[in-house]
Amino acid sequence: MKRIYMDHGATTPMREEVLEAMLPYLKEIHGNPSSFHSFGREARKGMDEAREKVARALGASSPEEIYFTSSGTESDNLAVKGIARALSSRGNHIITSSIEHHAVLDTVKHLGEEGFEVTFLPVDEYGMVDPKDLEAALTDRTILASIMMANNEVGTIQPVEEMARICHEKEVYFHTDAVQAIGHLPVNLEKQPFDLLSLSAHKFYGPKGIGALYVRKGTKIKQILFGGGQERKLRPSTENIPAIVGLGRAIELAVENIPEKSAALTALRDRLFKGLQEEIEDIRVNGHPTQRLPGNVNISVAYVEGESILLSLDLKGIAISSGSACTSGALDPSHVLMAMGLDHQTAHGSLRFSLGKENSEEEVDYVIESLKEIVERLRKMSSVYKK
Amino acid sequence: MMAREVYLDNSSTTPMHPEVLKEMQTLLERKYGNPSSLHRLGNDAERTLSSSRQLLAEQLGVKSGEIYFTSGGTESNNMALAGIARRNYRRGKHLLTSKIEHPSVLEPLKKLEVEGFQVTYLEPDRNGLLDPFQLAETVTPKTILVSVMHVNNEIGTIQPIAEIAAAIKRKNPQTIVHVDAVQSFTRLPLSPREQGIDVLSISAHKFHGPKGTGALYIRGGILVEPLLAGGEQEKGLRAGTENTPGIAAMALAARLNSENRKEKTAQSKIFKEKMLSSIETAHPWAQINGPRKAEGVPNILNISFPGLKGEIILHALEEHNIFVSTGSACHSRKNKPSHVLEAIGAEKAALDGAIRISFSSMNTPEEIEYAASKIPQVISELKAFMS
Repeated sequence: MKRIYMDHGATTPMREEVLEAMLPYLKEIHGNPSSFHSFGREARKGMDEAREKVARALGASSPEEIYFTSSGTESDNLAVKGIARALSSRGNHIITSSIEHHAVLDTVKHLGEEGFEVTFLPVDEYGMVDPKDLEAALTDRTILASIMMANNEVGTIQPVEEMARICHEKEVYFHTDAVQAIGHLPVNLEKQPFDLLSLSAHKFYGPKGIGALYVRKGTKIKQILFGGGQERKLRPSTENIPAIVGLGRAIELAVENIPEKSAALTALRDRLFKGLQEEIEDIRVNGHPTQRLPGNVNISVAYVEGESILLSLDLKGIAISSGSACTSGALDPSHVLMAMGLDHQTAHGSLRFSLGKENSEEEVDYVIESLKEIVERLRKMSSVYKK
Repeated sequence: MMAREVYLDNSSTTPMHPEVLKEMQTLLERKYGNPSSLHRLGNDAERTLSSSRQLLAEQLGVKSGEIYFTSGGTESNNMALAGIARRNYRRGKHLLTSKIEHPSVLEPLKKLEVEGFQVTYLEPDRNGLLDPFQLAETVTPKTILVSVMHVNNEIGTIQPIAEIAAAIKRKNPQTIVHVDAVQSFTRLPLSPREQGIDVLSISAHKFHGPKGTGALYIRGGILVEPLLAGGEQEKGLRAGTENTPGIAAMALAARLNSENRKEKTAQSKIFKEKMLSSIETAHPWAQINGPRKAEGVPNILNISFPGLKGEIILHALEEHNIFVSTGSACHSRKNKPSHVLEAIGAEKAALDGAIRISFSSMNTPEEIEYAASKIPQVISELKAFMS
């Protein structure tokens, strides 16, 4: 059976080059970078080089602005909570959007219980935040705005640069969750005025269990984990050297030739969109027609449950997702689709295809054909489908 | 000179077991699914995750639902302390610990003090031992949590954790007992249920597993506030895509390192005896820090050479391909003396001249033979040079 993986938004396979880079650190160079001896020093060297690679890939002004964490989730938690803790004497208002990843949403909700005021900006029908709404929400108590660079479910690319500038005029920190964007959208922190940026290696062909947070020099932030002095005290714990080295290699590869890679993925994406719309009746495209991640396709199929389709596709060897993986175990409809104004039923019939570099036109065509067949079969059994 | 490095810094971190490395490599290459995904790749990863949880639970004799995966010992300790204190403060705000805990216990406690908790830090005796009765005397109806490490990472003292837990529970059955078992897990028998331990931290890279992975045992029924928000992973207690390869490798390492424990302990004893006798014969002025015999683990030897500097010894030994540590790795990049040696009453000269030699089951008798003859010789050379 053919096996087709179109769930790159959930996680990606690791590239061979990344594993190769990691292997020496999994084997011989096993030291603890805090140790003084050569095992420790060699491990530290690998970590320093990886930090430089991340800084270079992002256009950060110095490797010292890069902090390694255990995941994108931890990076988001550290960014939002760390700023809130550091600036609570200056203000208690935080702005975010209603379509952020739960790593941001749950963190601000938690801060809300502690007494912080949180504004959740709405989105339009395409899942786009309006910078004017952000501007209007700013008060003299606002300390942070956190808006994702591109949404994980519907792929909508947010006008984060503009929003960061608006925040800076009011001396408010701006954090962006770039977990889905790295490797697809160009990031250059020399020009883009973000104060904090989160990323996660396993979303761009790197290992799981490792992420990073960019913190612009001079930004006031406090730690959320306490212990040794690692990561200049912002993130203590023995560093996961092999994974850090893997992250460094993965991001180096991810930012190579972004325009070419994005163009190729966009062409595949549009082929999938076009084919689905031509072959299957009553489907709705979720997200923005052009301002969307190159590999992201999100549709709602009327009269059937997204999960039934997903499982049928799985039997044909095709891996996709309904909503995002983190919520797909839950029965609640996607908070992103609900924020975009979809009704429960339409949201429940949603599917996400997230394409990656190893997908081909043949695979896209096979997916269209398979989905057509499955939808026809499921609709025949559906009581709400009357045609 | 020994052709191969003699690595005697196993309390900082250990090399991975070859089988563990093989398992991890396979997983990194093939099982890249996100355990939250509903398709086959996700299910595969979820199965790997649950069998790893089962394996780890078996090692501890607990239920698999009581095991939570984290990014390491530091996160486990932070989650245990902050998570329990913040969730149970209504019963009281008193916490109890010792002066020789790891920074990943002491630092979160300092933070909790700022938040309004009272913390009592008990003093150990000369050997680093805590008195269960003295601990119990400090327990009040307001004591919600006691945190005691099983084996000290610097001097190897084994605390009588079962007696400690029993004495505490006699005084206040509601008090939660947390044990930092980072140094002891797999090396010493551990059975939380029989020993009266409610919460227990472990870290994979200390028992020949990978870095970046740890776990926390939380007895069913104990309430803990999550440290990282933003996903339903680990039953909502620890958000973040699970590091499946790291977790599976940790579970395998736990099993492998627990096998033939008696033989491994006996071998460690021989190593320690050999090292001690050759050092003491040549240098009767050397001082052992911590316990000599039964109260200490056989794999850690902390020894001071008053008049010499630990760091100089470390580098001199490195010239001979022998790798040891001064104090713990977490201290060694700061110029602060060890808080553990201070707490057991070591004098200034002993503080400055301390090295820690730590063995593992991957050391060979030839390596120990070589190091045991080389170390006294290097000390003689340094001493001659100094005087």
